[in-house]
Amino acid sequence: MSSGAAATNGGAFRFAVNVTPKPGILDPQGRAVEASLGHLDVHGVTDVRVGRRVELTVTAGSEAEARATVDRLASELLANPLIEAYAVELLGAVAQLEAAR
Amino acid sequence: MTRIGVVVFPGSNCDRDTLRGLELAGAEAVALWHEVADLDGVSAVVLPGGFAYGDYLRAGVIARFSPVMRSVAAFAADGGLVLGICNGFQVLAEAGLVPGALLRNRGLRFLGRDVRIVAERLDTPFTREVPDRHPLRMPIAHGEGCYYADEESLSALEAEGRVLFRYADGDGRPAWTGDAESNPNGSLRGIAGVLNADGNVAGLMPHPERASEAILGSDDGMLILRSLVASAAERTAGMAAVVGAS
Repeated sequence: MSSGAAATNGGAFRFAVNVTPKPGILDPQGRAVEASLGHLDVHGVTDVRVGRRVELTVTAGSEAEARATVDRLASELLANPLIEAYAVELLGAVAQLEAAR
Repeated sequence: MTRIGVVVFPGSNCDRDTLRGLELAGAEAVALWHEVADLDGVSAVVLPGGFAYGDYLRAGVIARFSPVMRSVAAFAADGGLVLGICNGFQVLAEAGLVPGALLRNRGLRFLGRDVRIVAERLDTPFTREVPDRHPLRMPIAHGEGCYYADEESLSALEAEGRVLFRYADGDGRPAWTGDAESNPNGSLRGIAGVLNADGNVAGLMPHPERASEAILGSDDGMLILRSLVASAAERTAGMAAVVGAS
């Protein structure tokens, strides 16, 4: 609970879930991207891993409640815990994001 | 006649072939719509190939949450026979009804071609009609078919006899991970199909229904479909006997 008013009040919160292949899991997409770097004359780039980012808005009674929903979605649907890791990122309360736009 | 259901998801495209293959194997095959939770009294369920829900997010994951899958999970927990073919295998894996996951093919390309597989077990409801470890020829058609589980799980699967099919060369020798010719998607330990712990749910990437008549180039797949129909028939007869006795 560190982000001020939004931390305790309800409302709509914007999250991003970043899903990446777990370490050690073969990532053929990452490997293909890496293989193309030579064609761009880019060198010294290694360990390319391709994942997926899902952004979503959750309306809930509090930020903690919204985050719990996102965590559940991430582990049950957005990522397959057997092969993927995920990180949940709070982008902010929707009202504040819109005010800043 | 033994009734077997074939689930139809939006994006399924092997449902008709599977219905026909099951009919050729002697079953009454019925389509089960994904939005309907009722399994229509079937004695076995097949999840067919295709691209359920467009394969969005990950192949099989959205199908997993459909109403019919809740019933299929309960049916499987109750000992019902469930076979997932290709996309159906991906759905079963996402639902946790069979172990492991199907990753993007090692070479990144979608693969549509014949492969050979050997049945590692000949005593299961899905392979009882397979006479021996002679390689069976049937097609694969998938972009995400590289079987993955962590090393510990793979060893447990082997120890428990839950590797059902393995990719093989023409002589029936197992095709390990680096054998791109015989194991083109790069599946770990050459695994093409697995069983759940109770042995009543199986998934495989190759398509037995596309190898169900000589005119298709191979009818080796019929051994698998006939196994399922025979096992489902026995189960129905067993239940009828219990009902009759009570």
